Amino acid sequence: MNKVVIDIESFSFGIGGKEILKDVSLTVHEGDYASIVGPNGAGKTTLLKCLSRIHKGGRGTIAVAGKKLEKYSQKELALKVGYVPQADGRHAPFTVREFVLMGRYPYLGPFSPPGPSDTAAVREAMAVTGTLQFSERFLGTLSGGERQKVYIAAALAQQAQVLLLDEPTTFLDPRHASDIYRLLAGINRERGVTIISVTHDINSAVLTSRTILALKAGAVAYCGPAEEFMKEDILQGVYEKPFSLMRHPRYGRTIVAPEVP
Amino acid sequence: MGRDGKNKRVLLAVILLFAVSVFVGAPMVGMQSLSIHSVLHPAAAGLDADIFWKIRVPRVCIAFLAGAALAVSGMAFQAVFRNPLATPFTLGVASGASLGAAVYMRLGLAVGLFGVSGMSMFAFGGAALSIVLVYGLTRIKSGFSIGTMLLAGVALNFFFSSAILFIQYMSDFTDSTRILRWTMGGLEIMGYESVLNMAPFVASGAAIILFLTHELNLLMTGEELAISRGANVGGIKKVLFFATSLMVGGVVSICGPIGFVGMMVPHICRLLIGADHRYLTPATLLFGGAFLTLCDMLARTLIAPAEMPVGIITALLGGPFFIWLLLGKSSSKMGMME
Repeated sequence: MNKVVIDIESFSFGIGGKEILKDVSLTVHEGDYASIVGPNGAGKTTLLKCLSRIHKGGRGTIAVAGKKLEKYSQKELALKVGYVPQADGRHAPFTVREFVLMGRYPYLGPFSPPGPSDTAAVREAMAVTGTLQFSERFLGTLSGGERQKVYIAAALAQQAQVLLLDEPTTFLDPRHASDIYRLLAGINRERGVTIISVTHDINSAVLTSRTILALKAGAVAYCGPAEEFMKEDILQGVYEKPFSLMRHPRYGRTIVAPEVP
Repeated sequence: MGRDGKNKRVLLAVILLFAVSVFVGAPMVGMQSLSIHSVLHPAAAGLDADIFWKIRVPRVCIAFLAGAALAVSGMAFQAVFRNPLATPFTLGVASGASLGAAVYMRLGLAVGLFGVSGMSMFAFGGAALSIVLVYGLTRIKSGFSIGTMLLAGVALNFFFSSAILFIQYMSDFTDSTRILRWTMGGLEIMGYESVLNMAPFVASGAAIILFLTHELNLLMTGEELAISRGANVGGIKKVLFFATSLMVGGVVSICGPIGFVGMMVPHICRLLIGADHRYLTPATLLFGGAFLTLCDMLARTLIAPAEMPVGIITALLGGPFFIWLLLGKSSSKMGMME
């Protein structure tokens, strides 16, 4: 088994007196591909934001690469953990290349122009994500799928060990969604980047990831191998509705059958 | 990087050239035409030399410094609030600084600290107070919209203006006239003393902002993303608010509130050179200085032999510009507004 890269121990977190995460414990190993699923408002996004220290505080401990989160400076943490937020429809007036270059922030001092290593990292991140072709376009002119690839490129340029993604495929059509899943699988397999991705798409979560973490009302409802998550009683426990399961015709894995409402 | 970076450096050099020629040329223009010879002659002592060196040069210095400071403050606010309409004027920061200065005048104080004028310090205090207020107001409702921000600014503007009126009402005739004339915003009759008073505020504020260009870029992409890239957003915003308060306070205490420079200049510069603050910041400083110097040149020549406050010129230009930004296509908002 690989080294533990993220270790969360009975972590609780609230905003404005409302407890959003309750006693969450979780370990993620280096090179793992984990999906976080669960009903709306279960605390999935909050957990990602606590990991990247967008939200500060909370009870319990979170350790990244063996060091407690609060011991990191924000720049040091950025060298370990990258973050791709949910699409919010607002775009800063930057070109794609300017935006990807900002992923190099933790490596740059004030006034210092980007050096050769920065340029190389940016170029490589854009090559991997297939975004070199629109490097001079403005963010606001991109489609949803292109935008998502650019955001992933910027996080890759950051060269962090762990990549957190918040619903990376929610607004994408099936083709662009599978582009993103293929990209993430490649990054995970070839670079050993640990991926933690929040999603509502149970089937994709099961087909793409090794580990599944299900949150329900801020608490962990399931944490373990992806295949074992696909049991009627477990799913019903998480989502409070019955599911019909079936076997995927090509991959043989258990998936959730679509249903008529 | 590469070709793009080279183009931007060339553009920046052109803007520098433009700013220098405005700065050098502006003192030559005025209702009294001067001959270069009589001004620059080593033994120059005539009326021409006096007009040039004692009136026009300091006035151009003030205009340039004030324009640079107001423009770059606007640019910083626009990055922090992610909104092209955020400026010292629309956020109520300029009127906060005015209130500080008016309080100082009413109190009739004549204090200073380490050679810094008390009035500038009061204006700085007023500016800092209003930034804290307007930022706090936009923060109460989560995910502040452009509407919340502008309304908070309008509310602060009303409040501070009434407070200034109240101070005027309570003042005697001399103080009252002095405050009234000063709130119109102008650059008349100022000597080198005013230049020396304002320069440290503008220089230190601008230096801080030039130091934070990477951070301004990140803030523009959103706070959460900026944090995840390693920026200490809370601290950066405090430093930026401090720097902008210094500049706005320093300018307002001398020139009164001059509007719209902080909106027009950064926007024009963004269209010219792009939004990357590594290039945008120096461009905005230079272009802002040149812009207000040109506006002031108009103000002192258009209705010669009389002259008008430069604030009237900038407002006449800025009003339509504001509406164009507000109603314009998403391209003119550069994706900064929802």
